[in-house]
Amino acid sequence: MDERTSPGQKDFTIGTEGVSLYYGAFRALRDVTLEIQPRSITAIIGPSGCGKSTLLRLFNRMNDLIPGVRVEGKVLVDGASVYDRDTDVVALRKRVGMVFQKPNLFPSSVRDNLVVGPRQHGLKNEAQLSEIVERSLRQVALWDEVKDQLKRPAQSLSVGQQQRLCIARTLTVEPEVILMDESCSALDPESTLRIEELMHDLARTYTILTVTHNMEQAARVSDMSAFLMMDEDRAGTLVEYAPTGEIFSNPKDKRTEAYITGRFG
Amino acid sequence: MKSPMERFTERIFLVVALSSLSVLALITVFIFVEGVPIIAKVGFFRFVFGTVWAPSQNLYGIFPMIVGSVAVTLGAAVIGVPIALCCSIFLAEFAPAAVRNVVRPAIQLLAGIPSVVYGFWGLLFVVPFIRVYLGGPGLSILAGSIILGIMMLPTVISISEVSLLSLPRQYKEGAFALGLTHWQTIRTVLLPAAKSGIVAAIILGIGRAIGETMAVIMVLGNAVAIPESILDPARTLTTNIGIEMGYASGDHQQALFATGIVLLAIIMLLNASAQLATRRK
Ligand SMILES: Nc1ncnc2c1ncn2[C@@H]1O[C@H](COP(=O)(O)OP(=O)(O)OP(=O)(O)O)[C@@H](O)[C@H]1O
Ligand SMILES: [Mg+2]
Repeated sequence: MDERTSPGQKDFTIGTEGVSLYYGAFRALRDVTLEIQPRSITAIIGPSGCGKSTLLRLFNRMNDLIPGVRVEGKVLVDGASVYDRDTDVVALRKRVGMVFQKPNLFPSSVRDNLVVGPRQHGLKNEAQLSEIVERSLRQVALWDEVKDQLKRPAQSLSVGQQQRLCIARTLTVEPEVILMDESCSALDPESTLRIEELMHDLARTYTILTVTHNMEQAARVSDMSAFLMMDEDRAGTLVEYAPTGEIFSNPKDKRTEAYITGRFG
Repeated sequence: MKSPMERFTERIFLVVALSSLSVLALITVFIFVEGVPIIAKVGFFRFVFGTVWAPSQNLYGIFPMIVGSVAVTLGAAVIGVPIALCCSIFLAEFAPAAVRNVVRPAIQLLAGIPSVVYGFWGLLFVVPFIRVYLGGPGLSILAGSIILGIMMLPTVISISEVSLLSLPRQYKEGAFALGLTHWQTIRTVLLPAAKSGIVAAIILGIGRAIGETMAVIMVLGNAVAIPESILDPARTLTTNIGIEMGYASGDHQQALFATGIVLLAIIMLLNASAQLATRRK
């Protein structure tokens, strides 16, 4: 249970094997096979509606909240198939954290947002909770900005600060993987840069999977890139998956090339 | 340009709106005109805190009725609010659509049952039950609390359910993404986030209970004395008016209007605090 105490000691792998996902009768993903490098940043790119969010939400089973979703194939987190019947979804979501497109802080104080997770996972000691608050805020370089205002309503921070606080909140439960779904798209360029720096730091200990529409961003931050595109029947398929440098400078697939030149154009 | 027809319709609507407002104003003014002189005559303090209500001896103290109203209403809240909250959480978070589509209209129906029916049911079942198993006359604060607790359910359930349902989906996603269970999410994120709406629901439910008359007359026993236990009979502000209005005249009648003023003040206070609760984010 306690791999986290020695971050970086153990390779924590995630990936998919021949995954298809259906929203009711509509097939949103077709036969996606993807193995994510541990402790690195992987960017999922592709046109709007090709299934990037859908793919991302497979790893923490967030799609479960949507009625009528059906998954075929395997989604693997640390060797275990997460769509098995006996999967502990709550434990899975603790290991695979998620940062959303828009900051989604709870309507309570900065501190309360950060202690909710650890407290519900059984930590009652206030001193230890305070340690977690400080550590997670330092990790996202927010400590100096808010250390005197921990009681302040979290939603009164600037949007950039809120998003960093969301990342901090994710870190409080000590996940091993962090999923980010266009987590910079609501931010100004400066806040975006700060979060990108942050992602670089975090990638030393965490496996980061990020969806982005911003090609410059994908090129800047990610180690690997996965290009997803819709088929004729609108199901998303994985077209190309390679080190980011290769995908951007020397794409193997014509479609990847067309998309990337189009987006940079 | 507005056509003459349009302008005419507008006028009509204005007149109707104004007249309903003026009726409201008229009623309020009327109650005050009738009630204020007797309060002045008896003295505000003696009227509100006097413990003897004996119109035949010109003694007008409504304190026992205030105690009765407060006790019955508090009892109703203690019984009704937890049930209503569980019910609204169930409807908003757990109930499958099929169940929700049956339960929700059923609860709305509960609001449509005439209060005399509630009173009748209370008299036939609740009162004898209390008399046999708990002692006392049966006609009691407890009986009133049970009936009013049930009567406040539709109000409290539907308003709290709406305030839970109107929370942004993002709160729930955020909590789930932290590995919280559904129940932990409800307790630590959703309920606190919906707090103002739920508080408003409870206050409005209490307002509903404190204003109820008919059902209470039938099960409360109506004795004008400060009750000593929840098994004692009592009289509320509303039932005081309801029972005596038919034969009262002169000072006595005015004293009933004055009781109405106190009731009105309490209900306005409750509504104002409900407004305040919803306005504050
Ligand atoms: N809850 C849902 N019910 C039905 N269909 C859905 C649902 N969510 C997404 N879809 C469909 O699945 C497909 C993939 O959606 P998804 O949100 O994963 O795309 P995306 O690549 O993240 O798009 P974007 O870049 O616009 O965020 C789309 O065709 C979308 O319409
Ligand atoms: Mg998306």
